[in-house]
Amino acid sequence: MNSWERFVDAFFNVKVMAKYLPDIAYGMLVTVELAALVIAAGLVTGLALALVRSLGFRPLNLLIIFVVDLFRALPPLVIIVFIYFGLPAVDIAPSGFVSTWLSLTLVLMAFSEEIYWAGITSIAKGQWEAARSTGLSYGQTLMHVVLPQALRLTIPPLTNRTIAITKGTALGTVVAVSEILGMASSAVSNSYNPSPLTMGAIAYLILFFPMVIFGRWLETKMAWKR
Amino acid sequence: MLQTFFNLEIVGAAWRIILAGLGNTVLLSLVVVPLGLLGGLALATLASVRNPWVRWPLMAWVDFFRAFPPLVLLIFLFAGLPFAGVELGGFACVCIAFFLNTGAYYGEILRAGVESVPTGQSEAARSTGLGRLQTMLFVVLPQAVRNVLPDLLSNTLEVVKLTSLGSVVAMPELLFQARQAQSLTYNPTPIVLAAAIYFLMLWPLVRLLSRLENRALAGRG
Repeated sequence: MNSWERFVDAFFNVKVMAKYLPDIAYGMLVTVELAALVIAAGLVTGLALALVRSLGFRPLNLLIIFVVDLFRALPPLVIIVFIYFGLPAVDIAPSGFVSTWLSLTLVLMAFSEEIYWAGITSIAKGQWEAARSTGLSYGQTLMHVVLPQALRLTIPPLTNRTIAITKGTALGTVVAVSEILGMASSAVSNSYNPSPLTMGAIAYLILFFPMVIFGRWLETKMAWKR
Repeated sequence: MLQTFFNLEIVGAAWRIILAGLGNTVLLSLVVVPLGLLGGLALATLASVRNPWVRWPLMAWVDFFRAFPPLVLLIFLFAGLPFAGVELGGFACVCIAFFLNTGAYYGEILRAGVESVPTGQSEAARSTGLGRLQTMLFVVLPQAVRNVLPDLLSNTLEVVKLTSLGSVVAMPELLFQARQAQSLTYNPTPIVLAAAIYFLMLWPLVRLLSRLENRALAGRG
C-alpha cells in the first residue's frame, strides 16, 4: 500500500464505516434529542429569569445576576464533571445524559437571560409609558408591546449563542453519553480504525453546518433593518 | 454538606495540585488566545480582499470550523491522527484544535469589524502612500478592533473556558488536576475548588461583558 491508500484505509475505510453506520446514526439521534431538550429548557428558563428580573425586585435581581454570572463564568465541562462525579457524594447520581442536559441548560439559561434582558432594556421607556397610559396592565405591556420588539432584536445573538452551546453536547462523551462523539470513540477502539471518527465529524457537520449558515443569514437579514 | 463539598482538610491536601493546574490553565490560555487571534487576524486580512475566489472559500472555512464542536476536533487530532502515523501529543493537539476553532471565531468577529470601517479610511490611507498591509495594520485594524471589542472579549472568555477541554487529552490543567485530586481523596471538594477558581478568575470579565453587551444592544433599539 502506498501512503495515500494507507490514509484512505485509515480514515475512509468503507467496510468499517458500513459496520458502524447504525451506531453513528443512533448517536446522531441522541445528540439531536439532547440538543432539543437543552434548547427548549435553556431558552424558556432564560426568558423566565429575564421576565422575573423585569419586575425589579432588588434582592431577587441580585440573585439572578449572580446565577447568570456564575454559569457564564464556569466552563460547561466543569459543571458536567461536578454534577456527574461530585453529586454522587451526597447520593444524588444523575446519569451522564441528565448531567450533560442539566449543565448545558444552565449555561444556555444564563447566556439567554443576558440577551433577553439586554433586549428588554433596549426598548425605550416611552413605549412602556405609552402602553400603560392606554390602560394596558404591566403584564399586557410586557407581553404585547415590549417582548415582541425585544425578542426580534435578540434573535441573531440568541441563535449564534444557542448553536455554540448546543455544540457542547459533544462534552457528554466525557460522562459516557452515547451521543455522536461517544459512539464514534468507542467504535474506534472496537475496530482499531479511526474511520468512525470521520463519520462522526461528518455527522456533526450535517447537524450544525446548516445551523451556522442559518445564523449567518439571520445576522445579515436583521442587519439591513437597523 | 460542607464536609462533603468544601472539606477544609481536603483543601489543605489538594491545593498544591490545584494550584499547579491553575498555573497550567493560565499558561495554556496565554498560548491559545494569541494563537487564535493570529489565525483570526490572518482570516480577516485575507477576507478584506474583495475577490469572490478568496472570500467564499474563506467563509466556508470559517463556517466549517464554527460548525465543529472543538472537542470533536481535539479527539480527531489526538485519537485519529496516530492511525496515520502522526503522534502529536496532547499539547500540540490542543494548540492546533484551538488555532482552527477559535481562529475561525476570531476571524469572523474581526471580519465584521473590518467591514464596519468605512472604505474611505483605507482609500485615504492608500492615497497617502501606505501599502495594502500597512493600511490594514495601522489604519483599518485599530478602528475595527475598537468596534468589535465586546465580541472579541466575549470570545476570549469562551476560549479560556474551553482550555478545560485539555483535561480530556490529559493536559494537567485546572480541571484535570482537580479530577486527579478528587480520585485521590474520594471527595468532590477539589472540583468545587477548581470551579471557584474559574469563577473568581473570570467573573470580572463576565461583569465587564455584561455591561458592554447591554450597551451594544440598547444602541440598536
